[in-house]
Amino acid sequence: MAVKIINKTKDFFMEIGDLSYFAVRFFRQAVTPPFEFKELLKQSYQVGNRSLLLVATTGFIIGLVLTLQTRPTLIEFGAVSWMPNMVGISIVREVGPVITALICSGKIASGFGAELGSMRVTEQIDAMEVSGTNPFKYLVVTRILAATLMLPLLVIFGDLIALFGSSLVEFMKGNVSFTLYFNTVFDALSYGDLVPATIKSFFFGFVIGLTGCYKGYKTGRGTAGVGIAANTAVVMASLLLFVVDFVAVFVSDIFYEL
Amino acid sequence: MNVKENIAPNKNDTSTEDVVVRIQDLYKSFGDNHVLNGFNMVLRKGENLVVMGKSGSGKSVMIKCLVGLMVPDSGVVEVLGEDIANLNRVDLDELRSDIGFLFQGSALYDSMTVRENLEFPMRRHRKKFEGITDTLPLVKEALENVGLGHTMDLMPEELSGGMKRRVALARAIILKPKLILYDEPTSGLDPITAKEIIGLMRSIQKKYGTSALIITHDVDCARVISERMILLVDGINYAEGTYEELVASSDPKINAFFKK
Repeated sequence: MAVKIINKTKDFFMEIGDLSYFAVRFFRQAVTPPFEFKELLKQSYQVGNRSLLLVATTGFIIGLVLTLQTRPTLIEFGAVSWMPNMVGISIVREVGPVITALICSGKIASGFGAELGSMRVTEQIDAMEVSGTNPFKYLVVTRILAATLMLPLLVIFGDLIALFGSSLVEFMKGNVSFTLYFNTVFDALSYGDLVPATIKSFFFGFVIGLTGCYKGYKTGRGTAGVGIAANTAVVMASLLLFVVDFVAVFVSDIFYEL
Repeated sequence: MNVKENIAPNKNDTSTEDVVVRIQDLYKSFGDNHVLNGFNMVLRKGENLVVMGKSGSGKSVMIKCLVGLMVPDSGVVEVLGEDIANLNRVDLDELRSDIGFLFQGSALYDSMTVRENLEFPMRRHRKKFEGITDTLPLVKEALENVGLGHTMDLMPEELSGGMKRRVALARAIILKPKLILYDEPTSGLDPITAKEIIGLMRSIQKKYGTSALIITHDVDCARVISERMILLVDGINYAEGTYEELVASSDPKINAFFKK
């Protein structure tokens, strides 16, 4: 039993070390030419486009549900006029980025894991290398950069859809016009809400891209390994998202104190 | 007469003029699994050399060491006069433009059409195609060489196993390489398609005068295509000779390869 625990702990730290090395390799390769701009554009389009509908649907439902759930309590305290402020701040600062990132980790990290994993086991990555292409640069760097750049855009898009969902409830139940609702939301928001959330989203995108590519690129054990790569990529990305979120909130809190 | 002695590999072969590949004392292990234990090999210009061995005997590891996909533990690997270990990334990539590689499972890029698959190595080795702006005629020529001129806009998933292997062969020859490495070219194919692939390999060699190193455990493939064979047993080149010489051997380890 003790040996099992020791081995598991050892494996865990080895994986963290390996992932860190993978990240360092990414930074090194990302800044050295040649740059794969065409592939980066293609991947950015794929990452953004593939997740758009999912992010929109989730954001809309989150906005609706959050407003519907909070409304009775706020009415009880006579504070229903604070609804746009409360929903706006909570969506922009926390709910929007985290939910969007979690949805994207399911979609993007598993996609990267499965795609690169299958390329690994079918020797497509080796074929690329033999063709004179650096597969790490062509496949990994472009995907991580695409996820890092696209996630903040998806978060902003998801936030707007969530606010629209919330405003719809307020319009139907509280007879609040869309203009009034959005004016109140934007009055309540400050740069201190928007900037940390946007910076955090870049890190979320990086974590999603990194774990998806890491798991896929390091796939072994044949076709079964592809499934494992896709699955573990999502688990690892989701877990790391919360760690990054905690660190981001902690750091931004220090800045608030200052 | 001891047949094994007759066909034993000549490790001290030092003539270098027409040598395309030279492997000397190649060792490679994965943990406790010693896959290659001092493998030696010489491939000459225009020659078809078959390396045969059981599954897991290290054939694929050896061929991957040749193109720098794997780094050997020790030993010398020289390809087209260059020691692989001494090449940096740029020089290695340049050398790779003279090597065609047919992978066991074809390894076509799933997300690209047949045409894009063939254009991919050309885009990476622009130097070799200086002055050529339109790649289409070259792609057409390569595909027509393998009898698949009509598949240019198809995706790999729309092709049968045999067609994929042919496209992969077309991709391997698109850079007009001096050396082609075949990793189990007929594995997973039915006998008729396998025969067609072997026929294509022979016609390509005839047309372009390339040297070929073929890794296989398919005796029929080895019989038809080989000019010389090496049997890889226990990580070493156990025996070397023509197909006929090896078949005639009384050594049980050699016989095991040719038993029906």
